[in-house]
Amino acid sequence: MLFPLPQPASRPHRVVITGAGIVTALGAGWELNNAGFRTGQTAFRPVTLFDVSRQRTKIAAEIDLPDYGLPARLSRHAFARTSRATRMLLLAAREAWRQSGWEPDDQLPVVLGTTSGEMTLGQAYLSQALAHPRRFKHQPTRVAHYQVQRQALVLCDEFGFTGPLQIISNACASGANAIGHAFALLRQGHARRVLTGGYDALCHLTFAGFDSLQALSPTPCRPFDAHRTGLTLGEGAAVLTLETLASAQKRGAEILGEIIGYGATTDTHHLTQPHPAGDAALAAMQAACTQAGITPAEVDYVNAHGTATPQNDATESAALNRWAGARAASLPVSSTKASIGHLLGAAGAVEAVVCLMALRGQWLPPETALETPDPVCQFPIVRQPTDATVNVALSNSFGFGGANATLVFRRWS
Amino acid sequence: MSKVYIHGLGAVSPAGWGVPALRAAVSQNQPLPVQSLPRPGWDKKLSVRSVPPPLPRPAFFSHPRLRRAATMSQYTIAAALEAIGPDAALVQSGALRLGVIVTTMAGSVTYSRRFYEEVLGNPAAASPLLFPETVFNAPASHLAACLNSPGINYTLVGDEGSFLQGLALAAHWLADDSVAACVVVGTEEPDWIVADAVRLFQKSAIHTSGAGALYLKKPSPARTALSAITDAFTFTHGQNPAAAARAMWRQLGPGTPAELLCDSATAPTQRPDWPGPRLSPKSILGEAFNASAAWQCVLACDQIATGSVPAASVSVVGSSQQAIGARFSQSPVTPL
Repeated sequence: MLFPLPQPASRPHRVVITGAGIVTALGAGWELNNAGFRTGQTAFRPVTLFDVSRQRTKIAAEIDLPDYGLPARLSRHAFARTSRATRMLLLAAREAWRQSGWEPDDQLPVVLGTTSGEMTLGQAYLSQALAHPRRFKHQPTRVAHYQVQRQALVLCDEFGFTGPLQIISNACASGANAIGHAFALLRQGHARRVLTGGYDALCHLTFAGFDSLQALSPTPCRPFDAHRTGLTLGEGAAVLTLETLASAQKRGAEILGEIIGYGATTDTHHLTQPHPAGDAALAAMQAACTQAGITPAEVDYVNAHGTATPQNDATESAALNRWAGARAASLPVSSTKASIGHLLGAAGAVEAVVCLMALRGQWLPPETALETPDPVCQFPIVRQPTDATVNVALSNSFGFGGANATLVFRRWS
Repeated sequence: MSKVYIHGLGAVSPAGWGVPALRAAVSQNQPLPVQSLPRPGWDKKLSVRSVPPPLPRPAFFSHPRLRRAATMSQYTIAAALEAIGPDAALVQSGALRLGVIVTTMAGSVTYSRRFYEEVLGNPAAASPLLFPETVFNAPASHLAACLNSPGINYTLVGDEGSFLQGLALAAHWLADDSVAACVVVGTEEPDWIVADAVRLFQKSAIHTSGAGALYLKKPSPARTALSAITDAFTFTHGQNPAAAARAMWRQLGPGTPAELLCDSATAPTQRPDWPGPRLSPKSILGEAFNASAAWQCVLACDQIATGSVPAASVSVVGSSQQAIGARFSQSPVTPL
């Protein structure tokens, strides 16, 4: 039963990560992404997925989607009906699933974040309905697979579990909110294991949307650069297998890292623009750190939201300056969107995996394309591949609608 | 165990704006009139049930955030404000920590359709005013802005059962003191593209739109308590909707002759063995996904609050994801 709730544990459970899967324009899998983020590779190129000839911006971080191979449980027919976003999600989930060593389980909660799901199918549906209103071939399949719950259901069928499914769509904070919610379920004893993450594929509607707002940069994005010109879109997926520490230790699982804090707030200033002072961002960071029981002095790296839009980076800088105080002068910060673009609903999940990589590898992901750090940043921006002691990493995700989420991760040793 | 009370209800439906209009329409037990909606390229029109314009015009319509907001944002805010009632002033002043949960399946489909039509025409000229309103969480964001509520705010996307998952999430937030109160809104908006899609799967279904809201608190002087929410039984290869519904009904329990069942009934997912009275609002109002599930809960709680029944169960067998149920009951007044 989802309610009434069992008596809460006398102390919150510790929550650890035992599997992580990632697909970005740097490649599919931990190894390729680990190498790419560590050295600050960039993965931008001309868009080929749809016609951008009439858009102001013509680049993005597209994925060369690898062949998935034979599905484990899905029929070939069912797999053939899946599209780009679903396949990214499946690839990331399979990597996390294999790493975790989990077995299929009834009532394994799944919490995912996305903004668009399979929007390309929605686009195809509308295009056909307008151009050929009496032609219905493929339309029922498009409707069914366009819905975001369908992608999660395909995931369940492929790996042999039954959910329950929750899909959080809090714009660009969706992935972080999904992980944060999964963390809360485990911490409070409502579940023993949760599969979570985020995914989003490039699509014309979203690309044109950000272009219409003049938020896209014609050149690869440069977060926190004084002369930044906007964001660059990307696509991808990341999935984490989370479980209580007791569950992981009981089965002798390899632990990749620990989640120790989550904060979520709402900026009510404007639908698309954050309040310049960054109050809500600050509150999210403070809430996450309070839950984690740490101060800014104990944070070794911040993976910023850092979209490279003038407003976001200014607001986030203001919030980071206020939150970190004296620590700001020596607190390494970077935005890995400089490598793979803005993954929207997948961003928070992918950046969570980047934090795990930094914690495990003891390095800081650089922004190699940064030219002139914005002087409002009182913190150093990581610009070169750097080895460092990283015990605690904080990740910010902010979205349209004022959705603000912060996650805090700790190295497992 | 933490007790959670239903402190307020809100609704916008084809019956009108407000719970009294919904209650009146359902009490007459007659399907509401159907209107025609043009579908581009077709002579035959689609059948829908439209939400009538609000009379008088709600004051919140003049909020700067709502100048260009989608219809579903208006529905969401109207239902939420009705449910929250006088507590809205406490939220606005910062005296009450409110959680916001909005659930939807189709989202802001009208603006999405209009925006993509503009993209197909000339992407360089697509309106920057439309795009931000297409994001799923725009209604939840507008609601938070109207209430000046900086707290946790989730938009859950999924089939009808998502509304009940939202109620469970609200109960969790209340239990762990993340919030002092929480409003859960199920909302959908009208558009020919959705009516067209619904018709592909259920020829007899009438697409409608609106919102329903439950306002949850602990403690509360309210007479209605949340007694139970079942697990969400997902439709998978091994569990079709009928099997999921049966599993949900087993958890929900057998009911009593005095207990109301408010269901999402369409055979074969209609519960056959219920001993008490039964209400199937979809047959009167039409299909509005998460708003439909919300109306079921609103009507169930309303019947308890007005003393018509001592308890009510809600059975939701969703269109594409899950079967999930809830039970509400009359509760002795708890001192604040």
